[in-house]
Amino acid sequence: MRKVLLPSLIIIAASLLVIRIFYLQIIDDSFKLKSENNAIKVKYDYPERGYIYDRYGKLLVANQASYDIMVIPREIKNIDTLEFCQLLNVTKEDFIKKIEKAKIYSPRLPSVFLAQLNKSEFAAFQEKIRKFEGFYFQKRSLRDYEVDYGANIFGFITQVNEKLVAKNPYYNSGDLIGRQGVEESYEDVLRGIKGVKYIQKDKYNREIGSYKDGKYDTIAVQGEDINLTIDAELQKYGEELMINKRGGIVALEPKTGEILALITAPSYDPGILVGRQRSKNYTLLYHDSIAKPLYDRGLLAEYPPGSPFKIVTGLVGLQEGVINEQTTFMCHHGFSYGRGRFMKCHGFGPHQLHNGIYNSCNTYFANVYMLTINKYNNPAYAVDVWSKHVKSFGLGQFMGYDLPTGKRGNIPDSKTYKKIYPNGGWRSTTIISNSIGQGEVLMTPIQLANMMATVANQGYYFTPHIIKKIEGQKIDPKFTTKHETTIDKKYYPPMISGLFDVYNKGTASRLRVEGIDICGKTGTAENFAKINGKRTQLKDHSIFVAFAPKDNPKIAIAIMIENGGFGATIAGPIASLMIEKYLRKKITRNDLEIRILNTSLRDQYAKLGGMAAASLIETTPKDSVMRAKMIKTKEVIKPVKIDTTQEN
Amino acid sequence: MKNQSIKNNIDWISVIIYITLVILGWLNIYSSSLSSTDGTYEKQFIFILLTIPLIFILLFVDGKFYEKYASIIFGVALLLLAGLFLFGKTIAGQRCWYAIGSFTIQPSEFAKAATALALAKYLSDTQINLKDVNRQVQALAIVFLPVILILPQPDPGSALIYSIFLIVLYREGLPSWYIWTGFIAILLFVLTLVLEPVYVILLALLVLIGLHFKGRAVDRNIILSGILLVLISGFVLSVDYVFDNVFKQHHRDRFNILLGKTVDMKGIGYNTNQSEIAIGSGGWIGKGFLEGTQTKGGFVPEQHTDYIFTTVGEEWGFAGSLVVIALFVGLFLRVIYLAERQKTKFSRVYGYCVAGILFIHFFVNIAMVIGIFPTIGVPLPFFSYGGSGLWGFTILLFIFLKMDANKVNEW
Repeated sequence: MRKVLLPSLIIIAASLLVIRIFYLQIIDDSFKLKSENNAIKVKYDYPERGYIYDRYGKLLVANQASYDIMVIPREIKNIDTLEFCQLLNVTKEDFIKKIEKAKIYSPRLPSVFLAQLNKSEFAAFQEKIRKFEGFYFQKRSLRDYEVDYGANIFGFITQVNEKLVAKNPYYNSGDLIGRQGVEESYEDVLRGIKGVKYIQKDKYNREIGSYKDGKYDTIAVQGEDINLTIDAELQKYGEELMINKRGGIVALEPKTGEILALITAPSYDPGILVGRQRSKNYTLLYHDSIAKPLYDRGLLAEYPPGSPFKIVTGLVGLQEGVINEQTTFMCHHGFSYGRGRFMKCHGFGPHQLHNGIYNSCNTYFANVYMLTINKYNNPAYAVDVWSKHVKSFGLGQFMGYDLPTGKRGNIPDSKTYKKIYPNGGWRSTTIISNSIGQGEVLMTPIQLANMMATVANQGYYFTPHIIKKIEGQKIDPKFTTKHETTIDKKYYPPMISGLFDVYNKGTASRLRVEGIDICGKTGTAENFAKINGKRTQLKDHSIFVAFAPKDNPKIAIAIMIENGGFGATIAGPIASLMIEKYLRKKITRNDLEIRILNTSLRDQYAKLGGMAAASLIETTPKDSVMRAKMIKTKEVIKPVKIDTTQEN
Repeated sequence: MKNQSIKNNIDWISVIIYITLVILGWLNIYSSSLSSTDGTYEKQFIFILLTIPLIFILLFVDGKFYEKYASIIFGVALLLLAGLFLFGKTIAGQRCWYAIGSFTIQPSEFAKAATALALAKYLSDTQINLKDVNRQVQALAIVFLPVILILPQPDPGSALIYSIFLIVLYREGLPSWYIWTGFIAILLFVLTLVLEPVYVILLALLVLIGLHFKGRAVDRNIILSGILLVLISGFVLSVDYVFDNVFKQHHRDRFNILLGKTVDMKGIGYNTNQSEIAIGSGGWIGKGFLEGTQTKGGFVPEQHTDYIFTTVGEEWGFAGSLVVIALFVGLFLRVIYLAERQKTKFSRVYGYCVAGILFIHFFVNIAMVIGIFPTIGVPLPFFSYGGSGLWGFTILLFIFLKMDANKVNEW
């Protein structure tokens, strides 16, 4: 019995050990993960974002180095705090607070002490950094905007949100991502692919070399540069013309669908969303719910287009054969339809297609529309036929352009009216407002511009796009696919001739530019707002669409000015100036230019509940020649504090 | 032809297991210290090479030498231990080393073999009957003399090792109540830490009452049971008192972590937590030699010494751990088997001591590493880094293998 004790003890003890080891190694699998978290650190190597150029290769957006000052609290050793604070321009209280915060995070891991210093802020500190044990710097790459316009086109860079981190495995918390504009739509191209390095750590979290000799490491892939279709000069000019106004301008090259300019006003200097003041400035822009500087009116502002829509009404009428060029309607300052209702018109006398367009005669187009709808016994069917024609211009749908925001607009069809009138009983007169671009019709400026490009091309368009060239890649083939309308080519020339006479005899006769044949159409869109709880009609939105030159069109443009009044007063002149600027690179209509630059609609906007602070940041170009031409207004504008510097 | 006879008579099974363990040990030290620049594995390699002449010396020394000079060896060992108080070098708060130049030596590693020899000598020298209380006291004195010298160094790990001699003494006739008392004391100690002292005492009372009624009527001795209860209560309360008032905080922490009372993965719980992660992440077959991330990352403190088994667990997995444990168990059982067939009581007792000492190191070390024993500094024989340890265990084992070879010779 006594001989057995030790051997039994040995066997029992050894079994105990084996059971426990079995439990640790086989049953409980949480240790595997823990050991990985423990010992391997993943380090990312962020490539520089691709540069952004305009259509002619002018550099618009580059990168700049910025510096984060990092601290490892445990390693701080008798430093001269006073000198340190002076160099970095922080107070001693701030210094203590930041160090305490870093200590709470971890005394032996690095934390950011001061983020995003620019070169000049950093330079002084860099020379002496060796004196400050425990501090070091980390270089980061930020956007450097070469221009102070085009903010809506570029978008901005921000930290990725947690939702996307969970959804897209590429992003980690704290990564940067493009938001809005081309930074968002070409994020994948611009950002490149970050490199991954697996670093072996020891128990103090110190790095002791690469994991498995870098077997799993990947090299960062540089972001690609892109060229936009934007003409930087035109963009800049357009933004200057829009000072003190609100609205959107979209200019397209009809032959290709390339976006030459995409302007929204008010806008902001893209540079204010970089660096130490980024989040402060962004908050300010974001919360301005009145001027909405982050809202791209060129893409998002949906309005009843008004008169420019008559172009489509006329073309559909011709295509459906309900009118021809000679068909005449009499206008008696308006058009009466059903039970004493009356649509006002400024015209008088007989109207055919040609003068119907350049006089913008409501009566004429109401008649055309009635005939179109009454062609078929069933108004529902008729509306669908009409709707199909209209939609072939790319209207009433997302156009599929390469910018992240958009609105569908609206082109009604029989379903629309079934919803509005569930019991039926509607007919052509009920929906007559559609004829002159009111009623249920809604369009955005880019849709208007595309409509004009289609007319300029006599029946086809390319999906508008902003990408000209991606280094080493082809652009999406959908941008080189022709879209044909359902209107025969032969119906376009009479329409174009009418649009041409808008400038010669019609509503825009004072806006002619010598030597350039422009075809255009004025428009106004009624709009209402709730002011003190009452629905009040505001001054109409001023709308203008145009293309030029008449033969071989190079630019199609749509302009919408909020509360700008009649189309020819503000929107029309801007169209002329933009077209001349693009085609000639200089301006001969100086009278128009000075008038527009000095036009301010602030009084109008003030009615909409005053001006929010941030709405006053409307761009005032720093290096503008235009600035000299602007007459100093007496109106006192309170200086607004928007930090465009990156200093503290 | 003495050489010839040793080659023929030495127990090759033990030798091969020994060689295997030493080589495996070095491979794991190599892996765990690859990233450090202290020359750890190079040094250990030299230590291993030096065991070869050491083994030859041990084998060539006459078998009778150890029996003859056991008392003197023991005396020298005690002197060396005592000398630490005057000349010892303090490393990591422990005054356990003699420093000769850059070379340090830890006498407690050799004292174990000396104590084993002394105990064997004492038990074989005279016709000793361990039923005799005086003899019991004398035998225990031999065991506790070195403990008294080691404890204040402080080196509780080495001191703990000496408890295995109780098992040896039991084999040689020590009354079984010693073992029972020891067992019950350990049980009560653990229970007191887990439960409130009141509940432990209540439990003891219930057990005693149960025994009282289950036992034969003649054995029912209320007075004895009462005395037992008082003793148990006193023990439990003193454990509680000692734990709360005499133990230092870091001692308490070691127990509390083990019992899951404290969760502190960065502070005191760090060692155990990290070594569990290292072993636990090994899986069935491990991460492969030199591939252990915990090992390479140096997450486990003292990995090449007391925590060397974590490298086995991480890089060789369950399969490797099983092999190492099997090798050890094989060696222990082999040594016990050899001891039981010894002709002389001296070599039998000594053999038993060898198996016991190796076993308790093995068990306490691995149990600590895998988190079922409080943190205590006990090396894993043949594996852990250190010349003193390796040589101490080699001397311990090979003295016995020499005796075993000799016995055949004497036949």
